[in-house]
Amino acid sequence: MIKSNNSARPDRLILTFVSAAACVALTLAGCNKTESTSSSSSDTIKIGEYACLTGQTASFGTASHNGAVLVIDDVNANGGVLGKKIKLITEDDQSKPGEAATAVRKLISRDKVSALIGEIASSRSLEAGPIAQQNKIPMVSPGSTNPNVTRIGDYIFRVCFIDEFQGAVMAKFCLNSLHKTRVAILKDVRQDYSVGFAEYFKLPFTKGGGTIVVEQSYSSGDQDFKAQLTSIRAANPDAIFVPGYYNEVGLIARQARELGINVPLLGGDGWDSPTLAQIGGAAMNGNFFSNHFSVDDQTPVVQDFVKKFRARFSKDPDAMAALGFDAAKVLLDAITRAGGTDPAKLRDALASTKNFEGVTGAITINEQRNATKAAKVLTIKDGQFHFFEAVSP
Amino acid sequence: MNQFIQQLINGLSLGSIYALIALGYTMVYGVLRFINFAHGDVFMVGAYVGFYAGRWMNDRFHAGPSIPLAVAVLAISMIVCAILGIVIERLAYAPLRNQPRLTVLITAIGVSLFLEYGGQQLFGAGPDNFPQLLPNYAVLNTAAFTITTNQLIVLSVTVALLIALTFVVLKTKIGTAMRALSFNPTAASLMGINNNVVISFTFGLGSALAAAAGILWAVNYPSINPLMGLLPGVKAFVAAVLGGIGNIPGAALGGLILGVTETLVVGYSDKLHIPPSYRDAVAFVVLIVILLFKPSGLLGKSGSEKV
Amino acid sequence: MKFASGKLYLLIAAVISFAISCWVPMDQYVREIILTIGINIILAVSLNLVNGYTGQFSLGHAGFMAIGAYFSAAITTFWAPQWLGASVDLSSGLAATLVFFGALLAGALLAAVAGLVIGIPSLRLRGDYLAIATLGFGEIIRVIIQNTDAIGGSRGFTVSNGYTNFFWTYLFAAITIYVVVNLVNSAYGRGFLAVRDDEVAAEAIGVNTTKYKVIAFVLAAFFAGIAGGLYSHFKQYLHPDGFSFLKSIEVVVMVILGGMGSTGGVIAAAVFLSLLPEALRFIPQKYEEWFGIPLPHLIDEILKNRMLIYSLLLIILMLTRPQGIFGGLRRPAFLTSKKTSAPNAIPS
Repeated sequence: MIKSNNSARPDRLILTFVSAAACVALTLAGCNKTESTSSSSSDTIKIGEYACLTGQTASFGTASHNGAVLVIDDVNANGGVLGKKIKLITEDDQSKPGEAATAVRKLISRDKVSALIGEIASSRSLEAGPIAQQNKIPMVSPGSTNPNVTRIGDYIFRVCFIDEFQGAVMAKFCLNSLHKTRVAILKDVRQDYSVGFAEYFKLPFTKGGGTIVVEQSYSSGDQDFKAQLTSIRAANPDAIFVPGYYNEVGLIARQARELGINVPLLGGDGWDSPTLAQIGGAAMNGNFFSNHFSVDDQTPVVQDFVKKFRARFSKDPDAMAALGFDAAKVLLDAITRAGGTDPAKLRDALASTKNFEGVTGAITINEQRNATKAAKVLTIKDGQFHFFEAVSP
Repeated sequence: MNQFIQQLINGLSLGSIYALIALGYTMVYGVLRFINFAHGDVFMVGAYVGFYAGRWMNDRFHAGPSIPLAVAVLAISMIVCAILGIVIERLAYAPLRNQPRLTVLITAIGVSLFLEYGGQQLFGAGPDNFPQLLPNYAVLNTAAFTITTNQLIVLSVTVALLIALTFVVLKTKIGTAMRALSFNPTAASLMGINNNVVISFTFGLGSALAAAAGILWAVNYPSINPLMGLLPGVKAFVAAVLGGIGNIPGAALGGLILGVTETLVVGYSDKLHIPPSYRDAVAFVVLIVILLFKPSGLLGKSGSEKV
Repeated sequence: MKFASGKLYLLIAAVISFAISCWVPMDQYVREIILTIGINIILAVSLNLVNGYTGQFSLGHAGFMAIGAYFSAAITTFWAPQWLGASVDLSSGLAATLVFFGALLAGALLAAVAGLVIGIPSLRLRGDYLAIATLGFGEIIRVIIQNTDAIGGSRGFTVSNGYTNFFWTYLFAAITIYVVVNLVNSAYGRGFLAVRDDEVAAEAIGVNTTKYKVIAFVLAAFFAGIAGGLYSHFKQYLHPDGFSFLKSIEVVVMVILGGMGSTGGVIAAAVFLSLLPEALRFIPQKYEEWFGIPLPHLIDEILKNRMLIYSLLLIILMLTRPQGIFGGLRRPAFLTSKKTSAPNAIPS
């Protein structure tokens, strides 16, 4: 065999490689100057969005994206904002860590967006948020609930609850309304949302006199939970707290009932999807979760949203879609109030959002740039979500 | 103790599905000596075919959950997947038959990713609810443990397919041809066996088994999504290796052992001081340990592996 | 082998990349891409030592990268400020540079140890079994990280300082290339090729195949650890899902595309595959600009689904050119009398 003829010259190879890299760097560094002047037109406002449209969490990203698209198209059909058309530039981060940062840098430096709609997943907001902050581009996250997200800096906002708030709501609801004191936790360790939510439920719950009888976990993508549920059954809890996403919760509920566990399951906004009731079927009856909105909420804002969403995407909106919708709406409202897209003014306008009537409730942005709104606890009956009670922590 | 019986039942029912997927894996490996990495994704396609077929039949005939419905859905899905398997083999693997095995493995990874992400494009990324094909109720419900009809169905279908497959491989003409091919492809073709036909048949059969597993999985866990084949596929592979890859009863045994081990690790995680989310690592640890200490698996023929 | 001149060129490489990092202004998006390319080059070239030159097949490269990334990040974020006290400025300056360099090395060493731990038992395995076992190791590492709260678990790990720049990235890329190419071209390193070409024959003529396999594993893991350290101080945020089996596949695709066992080809493939997804971003936009109509919806959707394109690329490549696109490019036919006929794949 003449295969060992790889007499590559390391010296030449390295030199060629470095000089090639240098050339590329120089060309690219040079070309971005020409790029920067050509792309600023004044009759449109560019908004960047980075979302997980493919990959592991694509179902959430697509929903949120649909919500945002609905707003932008609606606004453009009605003459735009401040007489300008809105252009939404969306980059997919494939649900992959590392990609969000690249996408945001592209949006900021190539597309020159004036503002960003962020990610559903906290992990990717934490990755790309610092870049938005550095560049002073206001970013509104629809669904990143990790408290650390808005701590990145004063340009980062969100329109959802934070883990702490929702955890406290459910702890209080469980203790005071359901009078359940022995709770088992079944969390999804692969999702930061679930881990955080579980943690912030535990603290106020145990402080309020409750006990966590057993804590079990799974990773998203799992479909068999009987092992966890059997060990939960052995601990004999009054209720099971399942702070996961609807993909798994439906199956968990089903398997719990199959094992003869009849205590209620409790959860949060990650549950909200029409798919949940379909997958869970009768097993979801009598379970409770905290949420921002419910499809059968009769307020005109919600009904209008639900109607438009159904017409456009021929399905019911879920929480992610509602949050994407609100994120875009709050952002456009701030642009209107700021009278333009000057970053500092836009930032201030976002920060002073007060009682904005969104589909996920009246949104007020507080000093930590988090949305404060009342949580609604919903219960499930025969595949429908029903309003149960409003809880403020 | 109460918990233990229930956990054992859980483990066996999970394990029997792993076993079913592993059967297809092990058969293709036994004949062709290559890891069909895309097997888990054919499993996913099988579930989706069942999803659309079941929904269509529900709409068309208003058939409630019943045995004819289940059998019809199962049959449709197995046929579609058998065709898919043959097409994949023809397009992607057949041209590489004389290439190194790794080239084929890489292609198989490519096919697997293609089915997953093509699935996200075609079926949507979100989970879909699999229609109920059979009434599900608890057969046995005591304070200590519960057994449902679904669990019994999975177990009995697995056993039935195991027996059928063993029969096909050992007693039929095509089965003899398959074994001859696995023994020595050149000699087999010299003896008048049409290797292409046998390989196509093997793939078709393997994919039909994957489809059956997909349907049973979806009946048990009625939330299906385009990435659902990834983990069960890998675990079934582990099961096949555990039992001795290429060995049909071995695959079934491996599946059951893996299912029970996983379930027990998760169920007794607090006593074992292993977080339950190490579940996926368990399968890999089992795999590595087996590969290192008994590469031929539990029931596999020992003897040095031909490089 | 002219080692001396190799070193000289390495020095030149260092000087050039230092100069670029100091004086060439780079727009942040370009910088992001260029650094990604550099890190991918390190990953691909080092994996090539195992998958290409030694003929083993590892699907666990992302695991080693994760070890380097997390360990070095833990050093610079948690331990260094603790050991050195608050008085030392760790954001820039000499102390910062030393800490970063030390952290990189420490991360790489830990990854190398993991490579040793994985390499030794893996020697019993061949071909596709080895591939699956390394995949398993990589996933085990990811699951462990995911379940370790001290480094953030699934909530991710925010790294406090972004030390990585053009100089560090390309210096290490040059070192990786230097080491790998020199090694396989030295009389000593012919052992790697011997293991690949015919393990039994190599053993028969007295090549210690075990040793070569372990060395290949350990070195590859070391450089993957370096790449991980560079990555963590570049993105400044780590998440276990970023080091899943898909990341390993990405690197494997680079090695295959480049033609297993051709360093030049693998570098070209790493550059190409890092630029491809970025180029794909612009296609719909440019199409609309040039033709005045948006790209047909279906094509747009497919272009956005980049993994779909990757997987198709992988399949087509394997079917048409299993030796890789860039495999034969380094040695044009007119320069050599011998035919570069043999595909650089692994005999089974």
